[in-house]
Amino acid sequence: MSDAATAPELLTTADGRPLKSALAHAQARNKRRAFYLVLPLLLFVVITFLIPIGQLLTKSVYNTGFYSWKDRDAGVSIPLMVELREWFDETPADAEPDEAAFAALVAGLVHARETKSIGQIGTRINYEVSGSRSMFTKSARKAKDLVPPYKEALLEVDEDWGDPELWGAMRNASKVVTLDFYLSALDRTRNADGDIVKVDEERAVYVLLFKRTLVMSALITFLTFLLGFPVAHLLATLPLRHSNLLMIFVLLPFWTSLLVRTTSWIVLLQSQGVVNDIWVSLGLISDESRLQMIYNQTGTIIAMTHILLPFMVLPLYSVMRPIDPSYVRAARSLGATSWTAFRRIYMPQTIPGIGAGGLLVFILAVGYYITPALVGGSTGQLISNLIAFHMQNSLNWSLAAALASLLLFAVLLLYWLYDRLIGIDNLKLG
Amino acid sequence: MTETAESNVASFVEFRSVQKSYDGETLVVKDLNLKMPKGEFLTMLGPSGSGKTTCLMMLAGFETATHGEILLDHHPINNIPPHKRGIGMVFQNYALFPHMTVGENLSFPLEVRGMGKSEREKKVIRALEMVQMGSFAARRPAQLSGGQKQRIALARALVFEPELVLMDEPLGALDKQLREHMQFEIKALHERLGITVVYVTHDQSEALTMSDRVAVFNDGVIQQLAPPDELYERPQNAFVAGFIGENNKLEGRIEEIHDNKALVRLKTGELIDATPVNVTKPGQDTLVSIRPERVEFKPEFFDEGAHMIEAEVLEFIYMGDTFRTRLRVAGHDDFVMKSRNMMGQRRLEPGEKIPISWHMQDARALEDDNAL
Amino acid sequence: MKKTLILTTALAGFAVSATAEELTVMSWGGAYTKSQVEGYHKPFAEKTGVKVVSVDADNPATPIKAQVEAGNVTIDVASVEFADAIRLCDEGLVVEIDHASLPAAPDGTPATEDFLPGTLTDCLVSTDVFSTVFAYDTEAVGDTAPDSIADFFDLEAYPGKRGMRKTAKVNLEMALMADGVPAAEVYGLLETDEGVDRAFAKLDAIKDQIVWWEAGAQPPQLLADGEVSLSTAYNGRIFNAVIGESQPFDIVWDGQVYEFEGWVIPKGAPNLENALEFVKYSTSTEPLARAAEWISYGPPRQSSGSLVGIYQGDGTTEMGPHLPTTAANLTNALASNFEFWADRETELNERFNAWLAN
Repeated sequence: MSDAATAPELLTTADGRPLKSALAHAQARNKRRAFYLVLPLLLFVVITFLIPIGQLLTKSVYNTGFYSWKDRDAGVSIPLMVELREWFDETPADAEPDEAAFAALVAGLVHARETKSIGQIGTRINYEVSGSRSMFTKSARKAKDLVPPYKEALLEVDEDWGDPELWGAMRNASKVVTLDFYLSALDRTRNADGDIVKVDEERAVYVLLFKRTLVMSALITFLTFLLGFPVAHLLATLPLRHSNLLMIFVLLPFWTSLLVRTTSWIVLLQSQGVVNDIWVSLGLISDESRLQMIYNQTGTIIAMTHILLPFMVLPLYSVMRPIDPSYVRAARSLGATSWTAFRRIYMPQTIPGIGAGGLLVFILAVGYYITPALVGGSTGQLISNLIAFHMQNSLNWSLAAALASLLLFAVLLLYWLYDRLIGIDNLKLG
Repeated sequence: MTETAESNVASFVEFRSVQKSYDGETLVVKDLNLKMPKGEFLTMLGPSGSGKTTCLMMLAGFETATHGEILLDHHPINNIPPHKRGIGMVFQNYALFPHMTVGENLSFPLEVRGMGKSEREKKVIRALEMVQMGSFAARRPAQLSGGQKQRIALARALVFEPELVLMDEPLGALDKQLREHMQFEIKALHERLGITVVYVTHDQSEALTMSDRVAVFNDGVIQQLAPPDELYERPQNAFVAGFIGENNKLEGRIEEIHDNKALVRLKTGELIDATPVNVTKPGQDTLVSIRPERVEFKPEFFDEGAHMIEAEVLEFIYMGDTFRTRLRVAGHDDFVMKSRNMMGQRRLEPGEKIPISWHMQDARALEDDNAL
Repeated sequence: MKKTLILTTALAGFAVSATAEELTVMSWGGAYTKSQVEGYHKPFAEKTGVKVVSVDADNPATPIKAQVEAGNVTIDVASVEFADAIRLCDEGLVVEIDHASLPAAPDGTPATEDFLPGTLTDCLVSTDVFSTVFAYDTEAVGDTAPDSIADFFDLEAYPGKRGMRKTAKVNLEMALMADGVPAAEVYGLLETDEGVDRAFAKLDAIKDQIVWWEAGAQPPQLLADGEVSLSTAYNGRIFNAVIGESQPFDIVWDGQVYEFEGWVIPKGAPNLENALEFVKYSTSTEPLARAAEWISYGPPRQSSGSLVGIYQGDGTTEMGPHLPTTAANLTNALASNFEFWADRETELNERFNAWLAN
């Protein structure tokens, strides 16, 4: 008897099959069906979300600009600068470029000229060393006619070929996997010796903008909380008839195009705009000292707070709605003033909503692009505007990807922190 | 009789002509007058919408009286906010703060009173022990069963030692067995601590078992305020008679009336004896109310000289400790007789014709106000 | 505008519905696309029976890059800026076009000589010359109207806010020209640190008064709203506001910076042959002149210049004086130097962005 209790024998079904496998078999069909049901969504997520993010991350550390050339007509990849890359592999990082190196470089230039890949090579190095793109195209044009000694010959074409910084950049670029774009995204660069140093102060912009983005997003999140909390509370406590009407007002911005909402703010806030006009007509300010409320940080904060407000109100509302009014009554009956009851009893119960709303608004704000672009002027720009700049204007997608990845990491870090501090199961989105 | 008793009470809680309206059109509480002495356990009993919870909320301070005065210990409290009234309250859904542990829940009322930490801890432990939950201080409400939550809610309402405790259907969510057990415990606590309790329920058996007095509410008015036995034995009107316990009702007209005795002719012509309650003169329409357990069918137990009427057995139900017999009496098919399962008790057969009767004081002739 | 576009595209589609041949052309939208539809698409469809579908993008270079890299090209011909054309060409994303295959001028001058110098590159055939100029609201500037680029930077003579595009390009050049540097020396000076410092110093002087714009439609709007009293702008946008909407704006051609833009054909274009035919047709003398009658961007062929007539939008305005390429407008003008920007863009934009953000 006691043996059976300590070592339970394997349970079997009536026909002698182990119970566990019988159960698994019986459930397999249901599991399969459930899987087929989620399959479309799974594929959708993988295709539209995971793969692009993977590509983004890849692009931020992987650049073949100095490594291979994709001939799209033939559909093949041609390796570039083979000899030079070999020379880099064989020599230590601080090696002075010798005749062999220059010979390899010239061979690479000739080859690049033939394959018409010199622009790509020049663009890649130009990311690191400004002004080098034209050196490559110019030198490649003449490379075929150069004769040894190549070092002197090339230096004669352009004396900057002797620049150790350039050689450092080429050495870095010869590896396809590189963290250089992350360095750039953090206002760092490699000097001639390969050490990581800060870029000139007058070129440093990304760290500043990352900081500004985080600070402004936090401020916007706080403002949406400040404005959204009473609204959500009202929504949750009003009789359904009234709260539905109020809910429509809250949701109205959702049904309006983002661009329309942003331009409406321009109409309202610009110096010849409605708000200034009213203040001037009321005599609050003089016509000469109209307030600059747009094309700066103020404009970005006002417009983004308004646009993101529903994302704070809705999670708060969904958390507040089921909170029984008897909690506050109980607190009051136990001797708490209405403020204490609110602070100690009501507020803590809305934390899942505050967390969800805050996280939602913050993450959206961190990546916001159109609104700061339109109303941000120069001081209201966020990091996303520079990402867009590198995507659309400079076409330096690797740097854009590195910046975007850093933003992604920052958000994930925040998410992790939230999980550690408050707990992700304590998140209620609706 | 009760009216005079009422006026002599040294009141601790008093409602003076209190009226309450939510919409300005109808009154949910109509001219309420109530006095209760210190240490009393008073239950407000009534169907939902009868105004009993509104009265409780006015007393607690969550609703304001539209008219009239509420006094606590001789001081009007109409304008005192709830947190300054010092009234303990137990809610129907317990209202334990979900983000706090049991200990923190109990500590909360002491904390807002600015009590020191060590004293708080002592009181919390004492309160928990009082409800036999001493080891639960670190738990969260979500980890407790319904009965445990109920005890904690009780302990929390008592921990700051209020003189008056209000309970709003506190046992409504518990199953029957637990409910009966808790009724007993609450009653025991009340007696031990000597606190004054106002208890709201719609469960009449709960009201009867626990209370010193019961106020039966209907339609915003106290229909009767009396100790349980009086309420049960001597309902003042048809509503109370119908609401408290099971009741047989027979319609008729007063034939004769003198002293404490009335002769009633039922609609089907039979004559029965009854005690007049709020009927005064012959010719008046009346409802005669008789409790099922007071109906007798063995002639040896009949009152001497009492009227009997013929009944036909329709159904005989065995219920363990009792038998329940449904009879046809004076044209009614739902006349119920309850008899104890005694030794030698015989079973009645459907179709059997039996005479039934009762003691005169158990048949109460009430004014037929169509309240039922 | 958009409505007419849809309508014309629909009509063009209707006319050739018998044939399945199709060509997708991507452009910048607005009046610019309209000028191309009127000047190129319609006559080409009429002539060849190929249905031309017009689609718009903020900057067609971005979708081209994405499509070719993904190997899923739906665009046959795209209108891109000169600098982007070079870059796309460098990266092997667009097809090389043989200059010899382009049609000669009516008088027999070969295309390579007929096109203005620099308007043909390996992969790009220019369709127009557009210019960044500065414009002002005639009602906002007082009695003496500004007439030189230096006036744009003169806060004392012309107080008020200025609109400028949020990029380093053009702004640095204009700053130097306003500082007295002759157009021919601008890029030489910008190669040096002193030159760049000087340009930024000039910009610094008016930084507080600048409202930055990004889309070409913004400057006329900013001027109309009274948000700025002077603004740099694309000359075509100002022309449309003045002629089309009777806005009281005027252009100062002094210190204009002109650029080319034109057609590229992405690698893997689904209708390569038709695309080449379209490029050849649309960049011949006559269509270039016709398109210039719809928007005030100059034709890059010398033979087209004299053929440009009346603005088709109102049927009365002579187009000539409004084109950047007209001699009177070129007295102090600068051709944007692509090579310079390809080399220095990263560095200068970083500095510009840092300057902006601080």
